[in-house]
Amino acid sequence: MPIHGFLASIGAVFLNGLAASGRMALFTLAALSHCARPPIYLRLIGRQMIDIGYYSLPVVGLTALFTGMVLALQTYTGFSSFAAENAVPTVVVLSVTRELGPVIAGLMFAGRIGAAIAAELGTMRVTDQIDALTTLSTNPYKYLVVPRVFAGTVTLPMLVFIADIIGVFGGFLVGGYKLRFNPAAYIQRTADFLQTNDVTAGLVKAGVFGFVVALMGCYFGYNSKGGAEGVGAATTYAVVSASILILLLDYVLTALLFVGR
Amino acid sequence: MPKPAGTPKIAVRGLRKSFGRKVVLDGLDLEIGAGESLVVIGGSGTGKSVLAKCIIGLMQADGGSIKIDGEEMVGRSAGERERVMRKFGMLFQGAALFDSLPVWENVAFGLIQGRNVARAEAKATALDKLAQVGLGPEVGELRPSELSGGMQKRVALARAICAEPEIIIFDEPTTGLDPIMADVINHLIVACVRQLGATALSITHDMVSARKIADRIAMIYKGRIIWSGPAAEIDHSGNPFVEQFIHARAEGPIQMEVRAT
Repeated sequence: MPIHGFLASIGAVFLNGLAASGRMALFTLAALSHCARPPIYLRLIGRQMIDIGYYSLPVVGLTALFTGMVLALQTYTGFSSFAAENAVPTVVVLSVTRELGPVIAGLMFAGRIGAAIAAELGTMRVTDQIDALTTLSTNPYKYLVVPRVFAGTVTLPMLVFIADIIGVFGGFLVGGYKLRFNPAAYIQRTADFLQTNDVTAGLVKAGVFGFVVALMGCYFGYNSKGGAEGVGAATTYAVVSASILILLLDYVLTALLFVGR
Repeated sequence: MPKPAGTPKIAVRGLRKSFGRKVVLDGLDLEIGAGESLVVIGGSGTGKSVLAKCIIGLMQADGGSIKIDGEEMVGRSAGERERVMRKFGMLFQGAALFDSLPVWENVAFGLIQGRNVARAEAKATALDKLAQVGLGPEVGELRPSELSGGMQKRVALARAICAEPEIIIFDEPTTGLDPIMADVINHLIVACVRQLGATALSITHDMVSARKIADRIAMIYKGRIIWSGPAAEIDHSGNPFVEQFIHARAEGPIQMEVRAT
């Protein structure tokens, strides 16, 4: 009966989705539990913080700079039609700190770091290096997953803080040199409406996004199989799933952190 | 727990392992005495590597029993198995060296990470082990990607013996090597195992290697051991499966599996 086949295929997709969610949840719990138990590899955490955080600074900084510049231009273009140009500095600083800084940095982070983690761990998996760790009395979660997840969670807020400053500076450059704002007035209006909570809420978002990006990279890389094709697929899944989760969680966190404040 | 007299070093009883509907190990029985070198031969996809991975704890068996020095391993948690697993060393088919570490740190990895030996002391031990497999101290500073396949296998052998394990598993030790380098590796395996007084389990389909390494040979077919006996008796086994395999004949009772397990 064709209808039975159709329903069976829907059921199979649903069950596979549930199984994948369960595996991901167990992986997350295992990673978190190993974060809290010794041994902690401080040398590896330090190295990952440099690889993941420090070397992402140029790409995140450039993205933030142009985001701030474009935002100032677009806001000016729209707001000047009803004589609200003075709101440009406020819109730029609130948009960058609350929303665009964490989200755009998170997405760039997913492309650069999520892909790199998945490719590295995926290659280690298909060449038996992860199994070799186990045979050498070393827990792969502690040695591979914990340092990356910890470094991702800690360094993305640092990057976003710097990106916030660079993004606001980008808006200031466009405001001062192209849109003919008075530089002192631009800075004054930027500071007038910015609250500490705008920045800290953005940094909280960044911490969550950093955790998600590193976790997705580790999960798909750690569980990859099937040689080079499998590593490629793991990398794609890691970036796509991290990007979607960033956008989804951004809505949830915005609702929690800003609405009804 | 005191070891009962006469207890085999490794005792496998009724071991079962399936992947989906594909039965790989189907009630396999095997015993290896202390200090014995057993080679398991068999065609591709017959379950040799799965057997080795179940014994060393890289895969969970579906059923049956694996006892190491009389201690049951099947059904125990990873934490409970960890102490017993410290008795093992393993040489992987593709060497499985860590790309990100220099050669000496690969060799010393189990000492530094698994047993908390100081780096300087571990490096001295690693250089000794490299010398034991015919590699000079200058090789210790190279990266694995700078080594030939034969040198990588030597480094992997040095890594497997570095912590002086009681049991060493060799998974296809000569695959992908030219005949001369394969003989060098075989010679080194025999020398290292004798020097350590270790128990060795080797997995191979290279009969030259099997004859050189083995005290005893066992043949696996369709997930079971179908013949085992002293290496010297392999040519007079009287078993048509063994005869076909050791004489590399296409015709005979063994039907080649088309799909990989």
